[in-house]
Amino acid sequence: MIYFLCFILFSIGLYSILTKRNLIKIIIGISIVDYAINLFFILVGYRMNGRSPILEKGEEIERIVDPLPQAVVLTSIVIGLAVTALLVAIAIRIYEKYGTFDINEIKELKG
Amino acid sequence: MKKFWAIITVLLILFFLGSGLIPDLKIYKQNNLSQKTGKVYLNRTVNDDSPFKEIDKKLYGEANDVENNAANSVTSVIVDYRALDTLGEVTVLFLAITGVIALLGKSKKNNRILFEKPNYILNASSKILLPLIVLFGFYIFIHGHITPGGGFQGGTIVAASVLMMYFAQNNYKLKNNRMKVLESFSGLSFLIFGLLGIFIMGDFLQNFLELGIMGKLFSGGLIPIIYILVGLKVSAELSNVVYEFMGEE
Repeated sequence: MIYFLCFILFSIGLYSILTKRNLIKIIIGISIVDYAINLFFILVGYRMNGRSPILEKGEEIERIVDPLPQAVVLTSIVIGLAVTALLVAIAIRIYEKYGTFDINEIKELKG
Repeated sequence: MKKFWAIITVLLILFFLGSGLIPDLKIYKQNNLSQKTGKVYLNRTVNDDSPFKEIDKKLYGEANDVENNAANSVTSVIVDYRALDTLGEVTVLFLAITGVIALLGKSKKNNRILFEKPNYILNASSKILLPLIVLFGFYIFIHGHITPGGGFQGGTIVAASVLMMYFAQNNYKLKNNRMKVLESFSGLSFLIFGLLGIFIMGDFLQNFLELGIMGKLFSGGLIPIIYILVGLKVSAELSNVVYEFMGEE
């Protein structure tokens, strides 16, 4: 049931990518989509009353959550950071050349 | 000459990727891959009275025969089972940072972002906080195999200290050439440890050091070394990103 929250978050990000005209808002939308998918992966690996997947003295190993989605999501977060940094750099260069973030006013980019 | 080195590099990568297809290669006979993953990993336990005791028992603080002896399972997955994937991840981060530097580095209009003149308390306390934050970041990635955290998290904390200095002081300047040297050194060392794994144990990035006792700082063999290198590389790269975004004098 809680998975639907992830899809709602994903829809919010997709909405902002499709409808907003400001480049910075589009980048924020891409980040929201990214984190919605990360949250979904973490929720897939969760189990009720689970604890963190770190072995400690006196703790039963059957109760830990699945470590594999967490490892995958750690990779995904770093890739998302790299993509966001690159997108922001491109947006800064576009602003230097055209003086605006509005994608409607950047006429040379229209196909 | 450049083409020659490019061809050599591509052939080496093809060899590493394709050598798994040759079953008679001598180096692969030393490992029983079916024992390496799966049941052995999932059923390991830390208590005496566990139902899985007969299958695979590893006691916290005593065991020293685990094939990767990190208490943090996520670190085991990232740096041991999927270490090649982590190498690719670091490469992706490096490529993105190269793109940022190429896009922003040569722009003439890239003036330094200046803030309102910081007051004395902010100016003095940021200098005191800087070594503490850097120390905390180093703690996070040195202890990545026994506590929550790891190379990427610790590297981000170190880069956040650089960002704090840029926010707090208008005349602060990062020595980014040293950061580039640190980044190249740690990335190269990662590859060298991976190649040493081939020559000593017969598999790329395989553990060849003493595994130690689970839960201690010096345990897990190659895992803490690789995570320290990843942490240094990530901190240098993200500091460079902060340097590029904040602009030059």
